[in-house]
Amino acid sequence: MSETTVEDRTGKIPDVSPKNSSGDRKKIMATLAAATPEAVSGKYENLALPSFDLVRQPETGLVMVRGRMGGTGSPFNLGEVTVTRCVVRLETGETGSAYSLGRSKKKALHSAVIDALWQRPETRALIEKDIIAPLAAAQQTAKETVRQETAATKVDFFTMVRGDN
Amino acid sequence: MYVAVKGGEKAIRNAHKLTAKRRRGDTSVPALTLEQIAQQLAHSVARVMGEGSLYDETLAALAIKQARGDLIEAAFLMRAYRTTLPRFGYSTPVDTGTMLVERRISATYKDLPGGQVLGPTFDYSHRLLDFALAAEDDGAEQPVEMTDNDDQAMPRVTDLLGDEGLMEPDPVSDGGTPVGDLTREPLSFPADRDLRLQNLARGDEGFLLALAYSTQRGYGRTHPFAGEIRYGEVEVEFFAEELGFAVTLGAIKVTECQMVNQFAGSAQAAPTFTRGYGLVFGQAERKAMSMSMVDRSMRWQELGEEPVAPAQDVEFVLSHSDNIQATGFVEHLKLPHYVDFQAELDLVHRMRTEWFEKREQQEQGGAAQEAAQ
Repeated sequence: MSETTVEDRTGKIPDVSPKNSSGDRKKIMATLAAATPEAVSGKYENLALPSFDLVRQPETGLVMVRGRMGGTGSPFNLGEVTVTRCVVRLETGETGSAYSLGRSKKKALHSAVIDALWQRPETRALIEKDIIAPLAAAQQTAKETVRQETAATKVDFFTMVRGDN
Repeated sequence: MYVAVKGGEKAIRNAHKLTAKRRRGDTSVPALTLEQIAQQLAHSVARVMGEGSLYDETLAALAIKQARGDLIEAAFLMRAYRTTLPRFGYSTPVDTGTMLVERRISATYKDLPGGQVLGPTFDYSHRLLDFALAAEDDGAEQPVEMTDNDDQAMPRVTDLLGDEGLMEPDPVSDGGTPVGDLTREPLSFPADRDLRLQNLARGDEGFLLALAYSTQRGYGRTHPFAGEIRYGEVEVEFFAEELGFAVTLGAIKVTECQMVNQFAGSAQAAPTFTRGYGLVFGQAERKAMSMSMVDRSMRWQELGEEPVAPAQDVEFVLSHSDNIQATGFVEHLKLPHYVDFQAELDLVHRMRTEWFEKREQQEQGGAAQEAAQ
């Protein structure tokens, strides 16, 4: 996934309005989680970094993924995924968390710092504009590409009319 | 009988070195990168993640490289690796209805909302070797068609039939029922459907394929229709206690299969369609289809059917589906059994001595009788 492609094919820019609800934070964390480790560190390295403490060292573990019988029924255990998480606290007090698939500890650390900076009113707009918006747009573009490539393989049925002669 | 033996350390060390050399092969040929395996051998990676019961494409690629392409050995490496990691918990169940669909077909409904989208598939190909792939210039990007996506929702086919009451509803437990987990407690019987599905999801593709095939050939009564097969990305969410909300961990690729079977009904239940369910990591349709057929077969008791075939035998199926366990027990026969065999050898010697003595006596007895006549 190329995170340099900022333009969204559909022109849709994800809504990341500056409100401090968990819904917004969930979106921020999800965008970071969906980005590649390289994409996150590329953004991280351009930041003026605050000092912070590690509340929880980057740690890799497992989450058991569940499915549902028949798609909507009772849950069952499908299999595990690797997950890496991290928690940091900025010197200004904000606590940032990261959870994402994979084993990149660097990405977890960087994402947790970015999440903490997003919670700081002074740096929120910057994080949204310089990090979240371009990452989200690139992700959106990649998804849209998959959708359009897939749509081209949709079957158009037509019925052969049998002639009498 | 197992006894400690010493010796062979040097031979083992040298054999491992030799394996490493053979694994690498001719060093004038570039080594495989994990990225190449993950990108270009996606079905192998899917199989190793599924049977290793651990979704991590790079790890699966590493396992395949290390195992020289032996996919069961690679799945074994994944299972071993997972034991080194702590368990954070369980995800909220993935919603395949919101999948970013890359392929979706139904063999039961031609015109269904969202349509039939073929996506990447070997179906409809002639199975002729493509020598262009052997050419040096392979790697040139092939342009693909893109069509504006009409954003039409793709409801599951089984939900459509369900609306008319023709399809049995999914079993819904109350939230408090614990979900069985084979990685926590060993398999025991009777096994409920949650355990059965977990076992099948990580079961051997070849074993499940053969069982599914057997049900089609008459060992068990099924006449299944592929109600729907879909493949694509689903998001995985995990409730983080310290945050108080479910965080999105990212997306994984899964294949889901809904196999539809007829059910004639009973005194209590009107005739309807019943279902088998398959859900596996990665693009693995053969496995998902086999899983759904075997899942349906094992529901014989609940649906009041007669158990007549191997695919319906829950204990038989679940006890032999795991290729890591199976390979462990079959391949342990390669380990030294010198003492066991020595005991057997002594026994066979003794039996043979007795047998020859007996025959000699009989022959002597017969000769004496003939002489007497």
